[in-house]
Amino acid sequence: MELLERFAQGELEAFETLFRQFQGEVYGWIVRIVRDPSAAEELTVETFWRIYRSHARFDPARSFGAWARRIATNVALDRLKSTRREVTLASDPSQGPIQDPAVGRDVREKIASAFRQLPRRLQVVAVLALIEERPYPEIAEALGISLGAVKSRVFRAVRQLQEKLKRQGIEP
Amino acid sequence: MKKNNGQEIRELLKRAMPPVMNPELGRDLWPEMLHRLEARAPRVPWFDWALVAALLLWCLLFPKSIPVLLYHL
Repeated sequence: MELLERFAQGELEAFETLFRQFQGEVYGWIVRIVRDPSAAEELTVETFWRIYRSHARFDPARSFGAWARRIATNVALDRLKSTRREVTLASDPSQGPIQDPAVGRDVREKIASAFRQLPRRLQVVAVLALIEERPYPEIAEALGISLGAVKSRVFRAVRQLQEKLKRQGIEP
Repeated sequence: MKKNNGQEIRELLKRAMPPVMNPELGRDLWPEMLHRLEARAPRVPWFDWALVAALLLWCLLFPKSIPVLLYHL
């Protein structure tokens, strides 16, 4: 029997194989959204916990990776909704992306602050589309929305950011 | 909104909050996953154990009733 079919039937060994195969990919997806490596590890386990609980609903004819990414996006979105410090400027370069020294700390903080004020569903789309430059169809699939909705959210995120930055005296 | 402005916002965002380059998981998370699976494994309720104990006691006290019990299973 195929691995995905065995997983769908709840076999733990099949789940372990899939976990080991996809944990890096799921972690990578989550860390791009929450931008916090240690939170992303915890959320990766939470994602697979939800995956395991939902094994009976998984269709083995479909892509496990895409399904896992969609659940991971929901988990990351829940985290963004429940906390207020996820999309922050990393203070420790070893723990986060390296920042451009050409942009002053003050300006970075203002941009991050404006970004955090965006509605969470716009934040997720903006971080994936504008910062991580993920393809729109991939974002649409991960969020379970249409391609048009992704474009619309990107447009709204840019417009709102523009307005917020303008109010803080930053003209792009 | 002008297209250029959108592009400029994108550049500004990326300079302030750079993309996460090649995120790699530093360790295997399976032990944590397994721990969580075991912690949440369904437990047999106490009254189920009590029922089993009562049944065994019944069989010990009234061994002739075993065939009747088996018939009803």
